[in-house]
Amino acid sequence: MLLEIDDVSLLYGRIQALHGISLTVAEGEIVALIGANGAGKSTTMRAISGIRPIATGSIRFEGEDISKLRADLRVRRGLCQAPEGRGIFPGMSVLENLDMGAYTRRDRAGIAEDLARVLDLFPRLAERRKQAGGTLSGGEQQMLAVGRALMSRPKLLLLDEPSMGLAPMLIQQIFDIIKEINEQGTTVLLVEQNAQQALARAHRAYVLETGKIVKTGTGAELLHDPAVKEAYLGVA
Amino acid sequence: MTTVLERVRSGREAAGERWRGAPRWVRWALLVAVIAFFYALPNKEFYQYLGPIPTPGANFTQVLFTVSIYVLLAVGLNIVVGFAGLLDLGYFGFFAVGAYTVAVLTSPSSNLKTLWPWLLVVPLAIGLTMLSGVMLGTPTLRLRGDYLAIVTLGFAEMIRIAAVSSEFLKGQRGFNQIPHPPGKYADGKPFFGVLDARPYYWLVLTLIILVVIGVRNLTHSRVGRAWISIREDEDAAQLMGVPTFKFKLWAFASGAAIAGLAGALFAGKQNFVNSQNFELLNSIIILAAVIFGGSGNIVGAIVGGGLVAYMIERFRGIELFGVELYEYRFLIFGLVLVVMMIFRPEGLIPNRRRAAEFKDRRKEVIVGE
Repeated sequence: MLLEIDDVSLLYGRIQALHGISLTVAEGEIVALIGANGAGKSTTMRAISGIRPIATGSIRFEGEDISKLRADLRVRRGLCQAPEGRGIFPGMSVLENLDMGAYTRRDRAGIAEDLARVLDLFPRLAERRKQAGGTLSGGEQQMLAVGRALMSRPKLLLLDEPSMGLAPMLIQQIFDIIKEINEQGTTVLLVEQNAQQALARAHRAYVLETGKIVKTGTGAELLHDPAVKEAYLGVA
Repeated sequence: MTTVLERVRSGREAAGERWRGAPRWVRWALLVAVIAFFYALPNKEFYQYLGPIPTPGANFTQVLFTVSIYVLLAVGLNIVVGFAGLLDLGYFGFFAVGAYTVAVLTSPSSNLKTLWPWLLVVPLAIGLTMLSGVMLGTPTLRLRGDYLAIVTLGFAEMIRIAAVSSEFLKGQRGFNQIPHPPGKYADGKPFFGVLDARPYYWLVLTLIILVVIGVRNLTHSRVGRAWISIREDEDAAQLMGVPTFKFKLWAFASGAAIAGLAGALFAGKQNFVNSQNFELLNSIIILAAVIFGGSGNIVGAIVGGGLVAYMIERFRGIELFGVELYEYRFLIFGLVLVVMMIFRPEGLIPNRRRAAEFKDRRKEVIVGE
């Protein structure tokens, strides 16, 4: 297993946001984490990337316990998150943002190669390479966040709501790109409110409700699960 | 009103474009001319032709020295506030640590009676100030935002109160006969004397140039990129693998070191250090100077520090309707700051990046409404 999360709880002050969550991600998979607003999806991501300390349980990456490891050291191990929403550097240009993604790396040739690959995946970013990140549209910022995370050449890419606030056509596009990234060899853990799109592309998925995992299965299974359909897919 | 503002803005942008578009040798020539101007400035033979620039109510050379110290401090604080985005309200506290280190180790009125020469103590003062920065930063830089501002404010007050009330630090009586920097003219007269402030000013000016070169190199390196990323979005910086705590501590310590240097220079010039030199107001003035000039931009910090310190002194000896303007200097200064923050919150000479961040934040506010 690339990532194993075992019985993780997390507190925001006195409020318990996660109640003993367990999940796994195997190499090469796309795993989706779906749930409503406030279910704890982003919190789970923060726990994995190390931005928020966990209260109990353990997080293992490539078999090693990283529960207590600082966030920046987790990045060095190959675990990189594209943060939710506007998590890009607004004053830096597109290229500088992408360059920050490769902050932990020193292999110039490899970085140049990955930059070419990212600009190839996101032609819009190539067009706006000199523009300040803060002046991009919402969709472009989202692409920049994903592209920047790819620049660290992660073994596991964590995507927090990559489709948030995007027009339907763009959503389609960004999910296609996620699929492509995965096919090029990057494992993806994806948090989504857009359950339809996420489940259609994920190998496996977990459903999160009020800080607990209530259901798990392959993407296709959950897509046809009556309860999931009613709660998250908007069909009765 | 708006049209005037717009025109000023577009004019300044055009000037910026021309500067960036100018050939390398033109920029170098201009830079050399500006530096030469400031080296020549404290000579009476030169400044008497400068019309209203010399201060009427105070010795202009002394004023220039004060201004240069403020510029050095502004350059240092700009690392902390401008680059790393850490709000430090007690920066003058580090200046005090530097000045007192020199005073305690060199002055005959000190209990230690070490009487070391000034030059030997300067690196010690810088080191000790840096250490105090690390000591203050280690517990507090893990916190974010407002906490740091409060803690630094408390730190500066602690230093001041210790200076006022501790027997060891001599309170108001202070330390006297602090030695001057070394150096003699050919005829045996000391280069750094009591009456002539010019050599001190030249020394500080030279150090400012060296510090600016150092800071510039630092900001163009991985360290600088890390600082800027922390300022722009600390979470995102960490998610990109930047060890944020380490770099915040670095910014804090480098800023402190520069303040320590400034304090040591100040003590060596004044020859006397007591608790009245370190009012809280000074911390506020320097912070205001950095923001006024354009935080995040070295040139902005220099211009801000210079203008603010100079403006305050310039009011001395001017009478208007029978009142001495100097008495109202902070009223005027405050007014200028308020107007400035309304019309140009990013400062006189902003960092281009920083200006984009401001726009971004404004957009966020509008979205949030």
